[in-house]
Amino acid sequence: MNFSELIDRLGIDTRISLPHFGPELIVIATIVALLLVRLFSADRYLPASIVAIIGTALALMRAAVQFHAMQNAPASVAGIENLSPTDAVPIFTGLLMYDPFTVYFRIFLLLFLLFVEWLTVVTGIPDQEDAPDFYVLLLGSTLGMMLMASANHLLMIFLAVEMTSVPSYAMVGFLKGRKAGSEAALKYVVYGAGAAGVMLYGISLLSGLLGTAHLPSVAHALVEFGRLHSHINDPAVGTLVVAILMILVGVAFKLSLFPFHFWCPDAFEGAAAEVGGFLSVASKGGAFALLVRFCLALVGETRSGGAPLSELFMNVGVGLGFVAAVTATFGNLAAYTQKNMKRLLAYSTIAHAGYMLMAVAAMMVILNAPTGSSMSPEERVAKAVTCIQGLLFYLAVYFFMNLGAFAVVALIRNQTYSEEIADYAGLAKQAPVLSACMAICLFSLVGLPPFGGFAGKFMVFASVWQAAELNPLMWIVLGFGVINTVFSLVYYVRVLKVMYVTPLPEDARPVDVPLYSTAGCHLAFITAPVLALGIFVNWMSELAQRVAGWLL
Amino acid sequence: MSDPALLSLIIFLPTLGAVGLMFFNSKSEGAMRQWSNAITLVTFILTLFAWSRFDPAKIDAAHPMQMQVKASWIGSWNVNYQLGVDGISMPLVVLTSFISWLAMLASASVTKQLKGYLMLYLILETGMLGVFLALDFFLFYVFWEVMLLPMYFLIGVWGGPRREYAAIKFFLYTLFGGVLMFIALLMFYFDSAGSSFGKTFDILQLAQIGQGHASAGGQFTPFVQMTAFVLLFIGFAIKVPVFPFHTWLPDAHVEAPTPISMILAGVLLKMGGYGIIRIAFPICPLGAYWAAHALVILGVISIIYGAFAALAQTDFKRLVAYSSVSHMGYVLLGIAVWKLSEGSAEQNSTFWNMGLNAAMFQMLAHGISSPGMFFMVGVIYDRVHHRDLNQFGGLMGLMPLYGGLAVGIFFAGMGLPGLCGFWGEAWSVVSAWNYNPLYAVIAASGVILTAGYILWAVQRVYLGAEYKGPHAEAITPITEREVFIGGTLLLFCIVLGVYPNWMFSQMQASINLLVDSMSSTKGLADVVKQIETAKQVSGL
Repeated sequence: MNFSELIDRLGIDTRISLPHFGPELIVIATIVALLLVRLFSADRYLPASIVAIIGTALALMRAAVQFHAMQNAPASVAGIENLSPTDAVPIFTGLLMYDPFTVYFRIFLLLFLLFVEWLTVVTGIPDQEDAPDFYVLLLGSTLGMMLMASANHLLMIFLAVEMTSVPSYAMVGFLKGRKAGSEAALKYVVYGAGAAGVMLYGISLLSGLLGTAHLPSVAHALVEFGRLHSHINDPAVGTLVVAILMILVGVAFKLSLFPFHFWCPDAFEGAAAEVGGFLSVASKGGAFALLVRFCLALVGETRSGGAPLSELFMNVGVGLGFVAAVTATFGNLAAYTQKNMKRLLAYSTIAHAGYMLMAVAAMMVILNAPTGSSMSPEERVAKAVTCIQGLLFYLAVYFFMNLGAFAVVALIRNQTYSEEIADYAGLAKQAPVLSACMAICLFSLVGLPPFGGFAGKFMVFASVWQAAELNPLMWIVLGFGVINTVFSLVYYVRVLKVMYVTPLPEDARPVDVPLYSTAGCHLAFITAPVLALGIFVNWMSELAQRVAGWLL
Repeated sequence: MSDPALLSLIIFLPTLGAVGLMFFNSKSEGAMRQWSNAITLVTFILTLFAWSRFDPAKIDAAHPMQMQVKASWIGSWNVNYQLGVDGISMPLVVLTSFISWLAMLASASVTKQLKGYLMLYLILETGMLGVFLALDFFLFYVFWEVMLLPMYFLIGVWGGPRREYAAIKFFLYTLFGGVLMFIALLMFYFDSAGSSFGKTFDILQLAQIGQGHASAGGQFTPFVQMTAFVLLFIGFAIKVPVFPFHTWLPDAHVEAPTPISMILAGVLLKMGGYGIIRIAFPICPLGAYWAAHALVILGVISIIYGAFAALAQTDFKRLVAYSSVSHMGYVLLGIAVWKLSEGSAEQNSTFWNMGLNAAMFQMLAHGISSPGMFFMVGVIYDRVHHRDLNQFGGLMGLMPLYGGLAVGIFFAGMGLPGLCGFWGEAWSVVSAWNYNPLYAVIAASGVILTAGYILWAVQRVYLGAEYKGPHAEAITPITEREVFIGGTLLLFCIVLGVYPNWMFSQMQASINLLVDSMSSTKGLADVVKQIETAKQVSGL
């Protein structure tokens, strides 16, 4: 192949890829527009927030159109079983993957971005002076997450993680002149840089070992590799394990899994609540999408089990399960003693990452279970689909319940200048709507019906159950998950106790958030889906099932 | 009105009422009270209407449930919105709406943050009715947990001085039980995959699988049944409450405001017993038979322990709370006396049938007498603001009508023949005699202890020469509203005591069905044999 041929091919490939990359392109255009608005001082007439919201909404619409087109593609009319992954198109020479899973996460992330932007407009953070900078960072970070969700190449994984992280560091320290904010940002940067270094090392090991960094080729190369090095004591297998672990370290950092969670409480406490809410949900969403893709690349295309390295990957799944159990337990226990609401929510975020990781662990175990367990490939896929379905559903509920809790924190802070739990005393009397929203979000975080958190937990635990039937060690994971629900009740209810039971102090600052105000309206819009997802489960659950079915 | 609409309206009318309350001005307390009273009354009338349509004569093996509703809720998980009534749930549904209505009338003493109180109260009623009407285990679980949230706030915000402690204790205990139930729920769902129904949450289908019914095409293994039974039993026993899971109850009862105590004692405790009869026993018959002996012992311990604890109390409300532990022990005793005749293949389940009838009747009787007792305590507490048994006395002279009602209701609780408490206690003891005379004797002696603490309490509170405690000036005659509530409860205590067949005739067909289907469980003989061998080996 000579040079001009190569250029031609690239040209054709780019021309095909660009339309599939539409939402991202719109986000990029919005970023440019935001910078230009600042450059020409037009932000006095056209606030940066409006530009950002319009751009996000356009990108969201584009993604929605893409999803709609995929759902109605001829290949997918006949129903879930008959769907072939023909919709999956590798774009940009296979660096990214364009499939329903990608588009689903684009919609998820852009919708979330829209809610966060709305929240920042309501709470007035950032001020007009800093607004363009802030929204550029916010959009840039989201762009990185969207790439995480569609990455199809190990290098792309690294770039996407970095692209997400760097703007996040700046956002955490965005409130200038606040010592806590700078400290938090510094901790986050140091931790993030360390984790990224380890991850990059893992990537180079893996690609060096297999001769490729393209995820589908990795899957094929692993089959070949497994044939050559079937013995577990083979030094090459040891290198492979180290490489996988190192890559998982990078993901674990993004997911704030134990023991890579230390940055999380500090970063959340130092950052504004809006930023905390954004990081807690969006970066988790992106990271889980990435983790699922990476895990599937390890398993490869075969769904009948019994691939040469399946025993090893089953252990990876069980290991993830144990990390998940420890993370959930640690997050819940550490949250007990917190006095600052944002810190408490940070630990709760850690715990929830643990619950969601259980679903991924269950998927790994199911896909790598030995063939002896008399499970047809269809059954195996069906079970794995319920795992991804649970993860997607949980993320969808988590979107609203966690953002709702952070929004309440931000709104209270705007009126009382405090984020200490003790200062929430008697709030229910002053602001019943706000307190009711907080109660709904927190009870949903506990996982009580009729809120969405229960349906999510049910699906996740159900998937762990299926994995446990194949590998008894997962019973322990399930046990931890279930017991953690009881643990978590205590600290969530402690917040509600302060809000509802403790009497209003004499010198309390007035808090007034009526339902008929922008803030009240925003809260209602965030919390209503928490209840709706718990009662009208079917729609979201079937959507998640379809997307999961397409992926596998 | 069609059956689906009627049952759904019964469940969700209170919630609609709660939504309606949002549009009231918080200052117009009178209007909000009237609205809530009307909602609970209409719900009660609707349940009576449903009862009038219920025909126990048409219950048979092919039609175990009436007025069934089945609609898909979460399709991908085979969760259905499935409701229905039989002779076991129908009386409890009516009891629930009846007590909810009376307790709402009794809520006149609540003045703090009235709107929130009424809204939570109505949501609570939805949860309770849903539990008794649900026939899908998932739906049952959802309603079971839905009850928790309002209850936490109702105790935590409107309760007595130690309300925070009591509320969180109640919440944690019940959630822990709920989590165990959740594991059993997953267990049934995934283990039913091999049956002809596929993975299901349908309680009726699960029961068929558990009993190895021919149409089920499979049966839960004995191991699954035993594990699930233990999980379910602990979950329900916490609610009943059975010794040693009862410790939340005295705190919650004492700290809760009077109407909420009435609901707790009258309805919430019944959910535990109902859960055992509706879910734990039919779905896990092998586990139930295997554990029956332990259950009988726990029932007897609850009876005696609750009675002794009640004797030791000086707080009037705490005494009534412990009396609940004791009285609910008879329920467990009646449910658990399941013994197949040793040696001979012939099964004699007449006594167990009687025990189940007794348990059901005891639940209804306690559901009327116990709220009455709590209400009577509340009436005097509203006036003198203390509950110290040693500082009362002479109330019969000061408030004769109140004294009369109270003594009547307390006698009903005591189990005096001719009042409602008698039948349940007497028959569960009789059925226990067939199981093991020793347990029957011990349980029967509980009746003496009950008489002891109730008569002693009556003596200290209502008899005597004069009132010695504080706030003597505040003792005013009982109001018409209070007479209405107390009088209605006493009336039903007497009616049920004189004519118990009114209730038995409703329940009999369904209980016969339950006993027959469970006695014909596949593999039961093996479990019986195993237990016999184990007994011989251990030399018992």
